[in-house]
Amino acid sequence: MDTGDTAFILVSAGLVMFMTPGLALFYGGMVRAKNVLATLMHSMFALGLMSVLWVLIGYTLAFGPDKGGLIGGLDYLGFSGVGFEPNPDLAATIPHSLFATFQMMFAVITPALISGAFAERMKFSGYALFTGLWLILVYAPVAHWVWAPGGWIRELGALDFAGGTVVHINAGIAALVAAVVVGKRKGFGKEAFVPHNLPLTILGTGILWMGWFGFNAGSALGANGLAASAFLATNLGAAGGALGWALVDARKERKSTTLGVASGAVAGLVAITPGAGFVGPLPAIAIGLIGGVVCAYAVSLKFRWGYDDSLDVVGVHFVGGLTGALLTGIFADTAINEAGFDGLFYGGGLDLLGKQVIAIAVTIAFSFIVTYGILKLVQATVGLRVSEDEEFGGVDLGQHAESAYQFAEGSGGLSISEGSTAHSHAPSGAAIRVTQGGEA
Amino acid sequence: MKIVVAVIKPFKLEEVKEALEGVGIQGMTVSDARGFGRQRGHTEVYRGAEYQVDFIPKTRLEIAVDDDQVDEVVKAIVTSAKTDSIGDGKVWVMAAEEVVRIRTGEKGSDAL
Repeated sequence: MDTGDTAFILVSAGLVMFMTPGLALFYGGMVRAKNVLATLMHSMFALGLMSVLWVLIGYTLAFGPDKGGLIGGLDYLGFSGVGFEPNPDLAATIPHSLFATFQMMFAVITPALISGAFAERMKFSGYALFTGLWLILVYAPVAHWVWAPGGWIRELGALDFAGGTVVHINAGIAALVAAVVVGKRKGFGKEAFVPHNLPLTILGTGILWMGWFGFNAGSALGANGLAASAFLATNLGAAGGALGWALVDARKERKSTTLGVASGAVAGLVAITPGAGFVGPLPAIAIGLIGGVVCAYAVSLKFRWGYDDSLDVVGVHFVGGLTGALLTGIFADTAINEAGFDGLFYGGGLDLLGKQVIAIAVTIAFSFIVTYGILKLVQATVGLRVSEDEEFGGVDLGQHAESAYQFAEGSGGLSISEGSTAHSHAPSGAAIRVTQGGEA
Repeated sequence: MKIVVAVIKPFKLEEVKEALEGVGIQGMTVSDARGFGRQRGHTEVYRGAEYQVDFIPKTRLEIAVDDDQVDEVVKAIVTSAKTDSIGDGKVWVMAAEEVVRIRTGEKGSDAL
């Protein structure tokens, strides 16, 4: 065991965990004020549910001893046998339990990413059931194929350093299916659904950008030169993406927008994720820039094709992940990472690019089909959508009995009485009843 | 007595208030409003999608005045709220049947 590596991955796991609240803010700022809590809740609840499911069953399906290249065995059920001793097949210099915890944070954020597609209309119970099943039936197998020793995509020789395919393409295609099955928000394409608080989105972008250092550099699984290289590539990917999207905005709208720069940074981070540990600094800038430009155009597809992907999970994560995975096949360089392969521009020919295409195509097909099946199952049991009334009044109130913002405070609208119920009257005539001590 | 209602550009509120104080007005009610006239709204852009925002923020003033003050109050508002660009707003004058000061019960002009 190496204490330096262990210290670095401990911190990295913390950074990746922090991405999920960052994602909550990134998404939360983009919805309307009446739906912000439900949107934050999708991410925050995932931190709870996915952490538990990962320990119970997810980890062993993803990283348990390989069964036919397709799935992990049940040896690590409930983290049994996952202890202080390093597992040399997975990460030789850090405790096995730390590797499993680092991976847990990836398993938390991936299902949470999908939630942007059905924001502002999803039933909470349906969300919980859907994402729980998705973690076990979609995320765990794909993570096994790509990252576990013996996994068929890893054996094939396709490259995915930190999760371009496993996380972003996988969640992105699931988001497309979910947007279609859950259906459009009432008024999509007719009413203006505009972000209620972009400063939240900008703050979320900053947290995601910082957390991504843990995501990508931490995927080196050691405190070493490769981690430093991935760290640098990550920053340059985000930088390139921010510039690329701002450029498209300026060309199309004659004004650069803050939401464009934030979205571009995230698109660049998505695009650099698969290649972060395989490419040098200049290709990293190119990958970020191309990712930002391509995604800036891709987000308008939903209006043309008529699927209501509320917060552009498809346009940013699916398209960005796809772009990054393909560009990895072009820019990968064994001078950066000898465990990788050379891409098209570094003398490797079309070999790696072809393998990237196979890995992407199979992941898309598998995630598409299984996600569709899970959604149909949830639809037939607990249901996917809130009622039309609830959608109009806001999912926050309907699903969580809360409002994010209390306006006109001090107008005398609220009072608390000890132990019993009381009425107080706001000037508007609206009565608010306050109960304490659990009485209804 | 009359009620003068004015809808103005929000950033002109301070100037209008000072102009009204200049002609002896001692009280007014101000509220945030949204609306459009010939100016129409404006366009916002989020991730490349353009949205037409029809109702744009305005400030609404209500002032109760004696009949003989009406002309100078309207003039004070029009002069101070004017920017010569489209969207400067409008002023209405309406009849007020009765005014009562809550604290004392005074009525009519005494209550102003």
